[in-house]
Amino acid sequence: MENKTTNILIVGVGGQGVLLASELLSETAMQAGYDVKKSEVHGMSQRGGVVTSHIKYAKKVYSPIIQYGQTDILISFEQAEALRAVDWLKKEGLAVVSRTRLVPPIATGKKFHYPDDPVADLKKKFRRVIDVDADAIARELGDSRLVNTLLLGVVSSSLEFDYALWETVIRNLVKAKFVDINLKAFARGRELSGNGKK
Amino acid sequence: MRRLLSGNEAVARGAFEAGVKLAAGYPGTPSTEILETVAMEYRSIYSQWSPNEKVAFEVGIGASLGGGRALVTMKHVGLNVAADPFMTFAYTGVNVGFVVISADDPEMHSSQNEQDNRFFAKFAQIPFLEPSDSQESKDFTLKAFEISEKFDTPVMLRMTTRISHSKGIVEEGEPVTLPESGFKRDMQKYVMIPANAKKRHVVVGERLEKLRQYSEETDLNRIENNGSSVGIITGGIAYQYAKDVFPDADYFKIGFGFPLPIEKIRKFVSAHKTNLIVEELEPYYEEQLKAAGINVDGKKYFSRLGELSPYRVAQGLKEAGIIKEIVGAEIPPEELFPRPPILCPGCPHRGAFMALKKLGVAVTGDIGCYTLSVLPPLEIMDTCICMGASIGNAIGMEKVRGHKKGVVAVIGDSTFLHSGITGLLDAVYNKSNVTVIILDNRITAMTGGQQHPATGHTLMGEKTREVNFVELAKALGVESVREVDPYDYDGLLKVLKEEIARPGPSVVITNRACVLMPKRIMDRPYVVISEECNGCSACFRIGCPAIMPSKELTKHNQPKAIIDPVLCTGCSLCAQVCQPEAIVLAPEPAGVK
Ligand SMILES: Cc1ncc(C[n+]2csc(CCOP(=O)(O)OP(=O)(O)O)c2C)c(N)n1
Repeated sequence: MENKTTNILIVGVGGQGVLLASELLSETAMQAGYDVKKSEVHGMSQRGGVVTSHIKYAKKVYSPIIQYGQTDILISFEQAEALRAVDWLKKEGLAVVSRTRLVPPIATGKKFHYPDDPVADLKKKFRRVIDVDADAIARELGDSRLVNTLLLGVVSSSLEFDYALWETVIRNLVKAKFVDINLKAFARGRELSGNGKK
Repeated sequence: MRRLLSGNEAVARGAFEAGVKLAAGYPGTPSTEILETVAMEYRSIYSQWSPNEKVAFEVGIGASLGGGRALVTMKHVGLNVAADPFMTFAYTGVNVGFVVISADDPEMHSSQNEQDNRFFAKFAQIPFLEPSDSQESKDFTLKAFEISEKFDTPVMLRMTTRISHSKGIVEEGEPVTLPESGFKRDMQKYVMIPANAKKRHVVVGERLEKLRQYSEETDLNRIENNGSSVGIITGGIAYQYAKDVFPDADYFKIGFGFPLPIEKIRKFVSAHKTNLIVEELEPYYEEQLKAAGINVDGKKYFSRLGELSPYRVAQGLKEAGIIKEIVGAEIPPEELFPRPPILCPGCPHRGAFMALKKLGVAVTGDIGCYTLSVLPPLEIMDTCICMGASIGNAIGMEKVRGHKKGVVAVIGDSTFLHSGITGLLDAVYNKSNVTVIILDNRITAMTGGQQHPATGHTLMGEKTREVNFVELAKALGVESVREVDPYDYDGLLKVLKEEIARPGPSVVITNRACVLMPKRIMDRPYVVISEECNGCSACFRIGCPAIMPSKELTKHNQPKAIIDPVLCTGCSLCAQVCQPEAIVLAPEPAGVK
């Protein structure tokens, strides 16, 4: 009995809206007929702390959280946060990272230092890293919150779900007046990953 | 219909399907979304936020006795506040179904302790159910109401953060139809004077025997046979972790956690060569099994501290010799700067803590967003015990240290209404010389923005009367009550100095709303004139996430500051502490997204 699980970890900083991406992803997996679980911790983390969301799908899912080293795809909304999550990712896993740089006040003092180039550090450890200038592209598309669907678009070409399914889910979950612009961001993400096919 | 629901949303759905008439609670992570979902999606249920958990619990009792099924929600420490009615309602029993949610927080993701409330059900001698995913959260909620009515007892549904905040697929059903019921006068059952309570205590014991029998028979406690020689006894989220790590073992999954199905477990244990208990937090199953002469280990291999995880369960199973290898990280973790939660840009709490830091007084603290002031760079809060404790703590401290040294209590608006009013009354009554700052941001912010008695709105969205803090404090007998603008640093400093020096209790109320909830508040942002910035870092030290070091350095190699125009709300506090006056209002309204 094969029960292959796909593990996706989304990380970012409180206030970045990480949760929409994980919502869209888990809904898509469910619509595709999988058992799905997703876990995130709210609370203190919303005040600028680290936010993580675990998504797992398979024929049958037990634990809602992933084991270390078992993540297939890491999506990071912030450069340094991707580095913080390296122990979750498989060696051959895919990391999709926004070049967003959020330096917290604590890293402005003498004690702590924000790494100069987290993406470069990440590339030394993993072969499959896609970095995206997500903020700039989202702004160009008209709204900084589009980072969500943009990064999801990038990831989508590594997942098995049809474009049509993604589109249905985005149409159902995103507020009506933002649907078109989100679909545009999603398509843009797909192009960035070198897969513009619909 | 099948939907992806969090454990909390599933409980709300369960309440709807169970025909609940009234749902009450007080916010607290991880329980909050239950009532929010009820109020949003299931409008046929009357729902309300109460000022605190004790009142919510009492409102629920009233509903049950009045003839409507009642759901009461709170986080684990909320049950401490509600413990008084909780313990005695166990004696009276219910009229129609009553279920209390205790949402525990192993790992203390957003709590001050990680007490294991399974013991609370045992203490009160009432049954508790423990779901292990969203589907069970819904199913067990329905079941809990049935059990409550069948055995005439309040029932606890014990959730944990991972169950409450994880999503899973839930099959939704139709609401049940309940027989008509109403209030039936029964003084011997509901009026707990000693003579009646003595009789009811006997009933509690008899009920417990019946529940024991039920626990042995119900499929809430189920065996999963995989033909293994290893038997794992587990419940709640720990079951899921164990299944992930070692799917081939036999399982005794406990869903009905008090009283435990001791005899059924005894049989299961004797049928296996190796047995192990996997439970999160305290050795709750283990103590009772061992007391019954069933010698199975658990906490020998699993810590009582924090959350379990698939990894920690695997470690324990390996140590117990049950599995040989565990999968772990392929790439080791990085040493990185921490990213603690922090007061938001423009947070109206910031000014008060900047001023307190300057004054160097002792600060007894309380629970809310403002507790973040204990973290760097502000680091100005000396105590935090439980909701409402700040005022009592200040009174005691001032009595032994004397007035001269200065003691200030800081407390949020929701927290003050929850359990600070009696503390303030104590300060007046016992002639204390404390200063109490009520940080009135007009919302319960920490838990995600809930209404409370001073916001003017109810949970269901109706307009209502709002408490006036000035009048309230005066009515309690406080003579000096002053309102201040927390964005006016010098003004705040002056008022605090005067009030701290003044004999007798005084109250200072800050009067700016939360910048995030219920509405985002954005004013024209500030900018740093780079040429004027001398790199003194005074603005960094107010801990505003909108202020960051720029790549540009001063001639002494200090980073200059820059302000993110999207994050800055224009509160102006950084400009007020900037000696070289390098921080000024942005030249024209920058586009705010
Ligand atoms: C007994 C208890 N109930 C609930 C909580 C959860 N909780 C922590 S702080 C808080 C309210 C904070 O609101 P407020 O005092 O207005 O401060 P703010 O977060 O708005 O600054 C709540 C409900 C708790 N810690 N203890």
